[in-house]
Amino acid sequence: MSGWPVPRRRTSRSNVTLVTSATTAPGAPEVYFDPVRQAYRRKRARRDALVGMASLLGFVLVVGFAISRTSGWPLVQETFFNGSEFIATFPGLLDAFLLNVRIFLIAEPLILIIGLLVALARDLRSPLLLPLRVVATLYVDIFRGVPTILVIFLLGFGVPALQLQGVPNNTVFWGTAALVLSYGAYVAEVFRAGIGSVHSSQRMAARSLGLTSLQTSRYVVLPQAVRNVIPPLLNDFISLQKDTALVSVLGPIELLRQAQIDASSTFNYTAYVGAALIFIALTIPMTRFADWVQARMRKRRSMAGTA
Amino acid sequence: MTNTLLDIAGVWKAFEGNSVLRGLDLSVTRHEAVVLIGASGSGKSTLLRCINGLETVDAGSILLAGDLDVSAFKTDMDAVRRRIGIVFQSYNLFPHMTVLDNVTLSPRKVLKRSAADSKEQAMALLERFGLAGKASDYPDRLSGGQAQRVAIVRALAMEPELMLFDEITSALDPLLVGEVLDTVRDLKAGGLTLIMATHEMGFAREVADQVCFLDAGVVLEKGTPEAVFGSPQEAKTQEFLARILK
Ligand SMILES: Nc1ncnc2c1ncn2[C@@H]1O[C@H](COP(=O)(O)OP(=O)(O)O)[C@@H](O)[C@H]1O
Ligand SMILES: [Mg+2]
Repeated sequence: MSGWPVPRRRTSRSNVTLVTSATTAPGAPEVYFDPVRQAYRRKRARRDALVGMASLLGFVLVVGFAISRTSGWPLVQETFFNGSEFIATFPGLLDAFLLNVRIFLIAEPLILIIGLLVALARDLRSPLLLPLRVVATLYVDIFRGVPTILVIFLLGFGVPALQLQGVPNNTVFWGTAALVLSYGAYVAEVFRAGIGSVHSSQRMAARSLGLTSLQTSRYVVLPQAVRNVIPPLLNDFISLQKDTALVSVLGPIELLRQAQIDASSTFNYTAYVGAALIFIALTIPMTRFADWVQARMRKRRSMAGTA
Repeated sequence: MTNTLLDIAGVWKAFEGNSVLRGLDLSVTRHEAVVLIGASGSGKSTLLRCINGLETVDAGSILLAGDLDVSAFKTDMDAVRRRIGIVFQSYNLFPHMTVLDNVTLSPRKVLKRSAADSKEQAMALLERFGLAGKASDYPDRLSGGQAQRVAIVRALAMEPELMLFDEITSALDPLLVGEVLDTVRDLKAGGLTLIMATHEMGFAREVADQVCFLDAGVVLEKGTPEAVFGSPQEAKTQEFLARILK
């Protein structure tokens, strides 16, 4: 058997990796890596990374070449990826995007508040509070069933048409309100699933310590429920970022509307591609962040499972 | 004042038409350790849950210290649970809180103690049971034995008059059972009144003042450990002990 040298606890410093931690006696290795094995692992990881990059590059080149050789490509390039058009429209698009960001920043906290309150109201058991429960249930049923764009039409065109005294007839206001109502219903269900995911033994343990039902929800159930639903909530955030574009149907000049104006004045669609890039630039970091949170929670959970 | 801490008389409890407790009687004296034994499904957990109001009884009465009727319609169950602690087989620690917060939560919120006072009390208890070093750890960092001892400390922090233990060692690695039983032994020596459902017969024999054998929803046989383990009178008790001690 040739192969790996038998690991010895202490050899000369030069070829042994010692990782000591504060919890172990000084000098005693907590993690011991066979240096030959470690070098092999590093080499293999480097090779895997190289092969992956080369393979990806080859793929991109082949696909790019194939596309550029198709007969329609020059026209496609001219219509969607026009450099001068891009330079001319992009600053205006970025400017218009500030309105999307504003809508998002105002809508998101309101959605979280409404979602949480509605989720709590749906689980009320007191007979005196039955009306609240019924209203919350109806709200969720209705706003989950109606397409978001339809809610935007209804509120954005319908309410101002009533010409009520003291009611704003600002389209951004009503567009945002519609997004809040529509997303609030979804987020309420996410929170409710989170509350349901907390095991009933947690509630029982809290009650047996003398905590009231309200205290149990506040200190034991909700903190765990919210933690459990952070990944799906982030997903809804990402979706909301894009759906701010729906408000464009009411007329305010946000990103999509601006792109539409640019495109229709020149019959060139590069502005739409620019708008898409802006949306992507915001959602990709959010998506990666959501992935990261999810991975971290999975790790924590599996650690808890072995404890 | 009588010396009876808990007086259970004629308690019935059914789940979906199946009677689990059938007119059960049990009396517990102050500072007494009562051990409940009996087959799985004989109603030990149900009885313990009725005692601290986690289940409502169908009939009968459960009187605590002669003044608080757990079974009455109007009783404030939160008040009952302030006076009776319970520890379950699955430790049910709150995973999002440190050990210290687990222990101080209900003294702070229920007894309205100051953060400093409840922390001081919690640290003293953790110290007493060799857990002080774990105070700022989260429950997922604890071994099963440590978690269960924290659960006991958490219940003790409410300074209950009566402690209920429901098979608290059943979920543990055999190597960790000892440290949890030591904790109970310690509490018994300190004069705490306790009722404990367990399958640890050796331990029952050692600490129990009264052993109760539950069968078909009643206490079929009770007495000192010597009497119940040494010369059981009922055929069913003999059969159960023969099975579990073999
Ligand atoms: N919440 C419940 N709903 C329905 N049946 C239950 C419930 N709790 C206990 N039971 C039933 O009551 C019987 C006694 O259970 P339990 O008190 O847990 O017994 P033990 O603790 O002695 O094993 C079992 O048959 C069990 O299935
Ligand atoms: Mg049980």
